[in-house]
Amino acid sequence: MTYEQARALVAERIGGAQIGPGEPLAVSVAPGQWTELARLAKEELGCTFFSFLTAVDWKDEGLEVVAKVDNLGAGVSVVMKARLDAGVSSCPSLVPVYRGADWMERECFDMFGIRFEGHGDLRRILLSDDWEGHPLLKSYAVDTPHPPYR
Amino acid sequence: MEIKAPVPQIPAPIWRSFKELQEWEALHQKRPEGDKHSAAFEAITDGIHSFPGGFVVTTAADAFFNWARKSSVWPVTFGLACCAIEMMATFASRFDVERLGMVPWASPRHSDLMIVSGTVTIKMAPMLLRVYDQMPDPKWALSMGSCANSGGPFRHGYHVVKGVDRVIPVDVYVPGCPPPPESLLDGLLLLQEQIAHFHRTGRRASPNAKVD
Repeated sequence: MTYEQARALVAERIGGAQIGPGEPLAVSVAPGQWTELARLAKEELGCTFFSFLTAVDWKDEGLEVVAKVDNLGAGVSVVMKARLDAGVSSCPSLVPVYRGADWMERECFDMFGIRFEGHGDLRRILLSDDWEGHPLLKSYAVDTPHPPYR
Repeated sequence: MEIKAPVPQIPAPIWRSFKELQEWEALHQKRPEGDKHSAAFEAITDGIHSFPGGFVVTTAADAFFNWARKSSVWPVTFGLACCAIEMMATFASRFDVERLGMVPWASPRHSDLMIVSGTVTIKMAPMLLRVYDQMPDPKWALSMGSCANSGGPFRHGYHVVKGVDRVIPVDVYVPGCPPPPESLLDGLLLLQEQIAHFHRTGRRASPNAKVD
């Protein structure tokens, strides 16, 4: 598996995917194709190593979920991006495909408030259970009071 | 491809949320009405003090007790962040706080001093308060480093308590990021100075000026 083969395979299988130039392979899809892309990356491209999952807050343009998976044997990495619409904080979960996505999606929910549909155990992982808001959103005020220590 | 069943959930702790913890602590920290021992002690010492010439006895006793207190301040080992490395260096042989009568002790129930060395997060603050509450009176607290003094570089973050004096009363502030062992030693000597003037009624000396 090389980058050329991977690029051709993704372009063939995932219709409407925006594939960026260069390496690693950056693929941007709609949230509806998110699980499909992950399954393709794992089973066809051999990217079995789930590197990380996080999100970007583009303010008015909505959130973007970013995940990187690696094929360590062939040296092929795929950066998968799912662009959510403005005001939407719901995304399909990758846990049925990658078990390693479990805690990372919990952290992403903790920090960005993105609800991963089909996760099964989506609760806060770093902050306390009674925390209000999601602190890595750009709209979060850092001076939000947290009684009784602030 | 076969998908394995999800991992079973970790057993629930005694308290699940911060609110439950607060309720638990409120339930278990209710002190009895009127502390009889200290009331009797106050009556006796007040009686001696008001007797003609009795102040010599009480002030001498105060001086003796304060000398004993300041000569055996045992800090509870409570390291939170990188300041704890400097605290450990202070405890170790090169700077050697044992010559001041200080033994780093691993139980809050035998300790007199809490060195808050490092960043106190909002999630950690209830645990810090619990450790502090487990220490017997008289007890002192030393805030070490910028994070514990005022939040330090994380002052504009979302998760850090902006100064440990919002959680517990602090006697000595040691500035620095992190403070070198010499600074901490200076703070400990300052604390000993405070303890030497500890009033009979248990009133605290005011803390030194806070530098962020």
